[in-house]
Amino acid sequence: MIGVNNVSLSIDPGEIFVIMGLSGSGKSTVLRLINRLLEPSSGRIIIDGQDITQIGSKKLREVRRKNFGMVFQSFALIPHRTVFQNVEFGLEIQGVEKKERRARIMDVIEAVGLQGYGDLPVNQLSGGMQQRVGLARALAVDPEILLMDEAFSALDPIIRNQLQDDLLEIQERLNKTIVFVSHDLDEALKIGNHIAILRDGELIQVGTPQEILGKPADEYVSAFVQGADRSKVLKASEVMQTLRISAHPKDAPRVLLKKMERSGFNGLIVIDNSRHLLGYVDLDTARQYRDQDNIDPSVYQPLETVAPDNVVRDLIQLAHEKRTPIIVLDERQRVLGVIDKSSILAALAQGDEEDETGQASLAEPVSAADIGG
Amino acid sequence: MYHFPEIPLGHWVSTWVNNLTANYSDSFDAISSGIHTLIAGLNEALLAIPPEVFILLVAVMALFSAGWRRPRAWGLVLFCIVGLGLVWNLNLWSALIQTLALVLAAEILVLIIGLPAGILTAESVWAARILRPVLDIMQTMPAFVYLVPAVIFFGLGLVPGVIATTIFALPPLVRLTSLGIQNVPEELIEASEAFGATWFQRLWKVQLPTALPSIMAGVNQSIMLGLSMVVIAAMIGAGGLGNQVLQGITQLDVGESFVGGISVVILAIIIDRLTQSLAKLHKE
Repeated sequence: MIGVNNVSLSIDPGEIFVIMGLSGSGKSTVLRLINRLLEPSSGRIIIDGQDITQIGSKKLREVRRKNFGMVFQSFALIPHRTVFQNVEFGLEIQGVEKKERRARIMDVIEAVGLQGYGDLPVNQLSGGMQQRVGLARALAVDPEILLMDEAFSALDPIIRNQLQDDLLEIQERLNKTIVFVSHDLDEALKIGNHIAILRDGELIQVGTPQEILGKPADEYVSAFVQGADRSKVLKASEVMQTLRISAHPKDAPRVLLKKMERSGFNGLIVIDNSRHLLGYVDLDTARQYRDQDNIDPSVYQPLETVAPDNVVRDLIQLAHEKRTPIIVLDERQRVLGVIDKSSILAALAQGDEEDETGQASLAEPVSAADIGG
Repeated sequence: MYHFPEIPLGHWVSTWVNNLTANYSDSFDAISSGIHTLIAGLNEALLAIPPEVFILLVAVMALFSAGWRRPRAWGLVLFCIVGLGLVWNLNLWSALIQTLALVLAAEILVLIIGLPAGILTAESVWAARILRPVLDIMQTMPAFVYLVPAVIFFGLGLVPGVIATTIFALPPLVRLTSLGIQNVPEELIEASEAFGATWFQRLWKVQLPTALPSIMAGVNQSIMLGLSMVVIAAMIGAGGLGNQVLQGITQLDVGESFVGGISVVILAIIIDRLTQSLAKLHKE
């Protein structure tokens, strides 16, 4: 019987790589081949230039101790031990002195949000808490690579979501290479930098969440992604439009009115020469100050701003509440683009069309929208 | 009709046993003196404790192993005091200690042999295939059958009693140890492998502790089986409470054998509750 056949993956350091598939697709097998819990019949596993399949059992143990942390679907905690004793398991195996372990373990326990639970036996904890222990145990050895086998699949949706958020937050700080096996597409889209889709032990597609959604390799993948929630994947930078027309703080109100008339917008975004956001002037304000030389910055309306990699899902509420556009700023606070209700709708709607045609790419910015509501 | 000659199975076994006695008497003597030292030491050490102190110690152990906050624990304490007090009152104290020493010595041998055997059968399919019929034989072969060679090898007295008791009490510990280790979840084994545990680390830190409730059940069962052997052991001169029962039987004195029997029951109940409480204590 063949578990996986000719699967070739390249995983970048510091990314979350999700291996996806239905049960029996071989996704967990692939994960176990990486640290040789299962022996491959052929092929290579190269980590930092070293072929793991070529090393002897002693060296393999060394590599497992130093380079890998693993998290399991059923948590796989040692039932008679406390939280603290479970977290220290990896260091204990390495033979680290008890005194040295303590500080490290306290750090990790805090990092996963288990402060104060250290002395409880693990079987008294809820599933979500137990998996935090599992995560802490894996992190305690400070591995380069974290292998997570359906780590959140046994948890109920709310807890699962919470742990996904926590994992992303921890990842932000620690920057591990994470290989995450999942059968949940929403989970894969949410946490994955890259996703590999497996079926019957064969690799069907590898790509970013956008690529998987936008260009499904075949019917199988497109059936898979049909039900996905695009708003969790699309980022602000992908639905925003470039600022084609804007106001300068020195523009007289009459100039602003002319600009609005020409563009058809009933408001303008004011930016300075270095593209820093100053505020928003709407049609009524411009009319009110029609006879003055310019408009005082104190009457500019403030605008909501977001980062380019905020997901659209988080913007929907914002766009719904505000009549004014949402500004996308880069890390130096300069205006990158602008988003409003209709640009979000257009992006989500276009996604639906793509499901049917399977052609266009979501990565292309949306073009038609009326900025300024 | 063709007549099959009788297979001389009995003759073969007799010859084999005779050969063993003739050729390996030195090793049997060594084993015999080792076991004798063990049981004599246990017997003396236990007898050195004054009965009232011994009863008190057992009561304290019962209290702590069963959890002193629970009413159940106090019931057990009461039983220990009344039960052991009764045995003392019946002038059977030294017999009780002798039986206890016999059972403990056998249990030590059972642990020494049974734990590795249980681990082996859990780890290796072949060992399990070979050992299973051996265990079946040990459990079902009438004890009197191996009592005779035990006497031939080790003479009369305590030592063959301990050995016969060990043989009879061994299978449950092997079986329950093996079962406990096999029931350790697969992912837990994978976890210890994934963190780079050696075979011994996996066994010592993961498998044995996780299997401990099952192993404790095996210890409990083997002690109980050991106690059921005391009368048979007394027949080859192991003494103790079994002797009391045996004397009652041979003299048709119902009262005397009942007194011995009830003392065995008291000892059995106390050991059973203590070991079970210890297993539960570990679980919590």
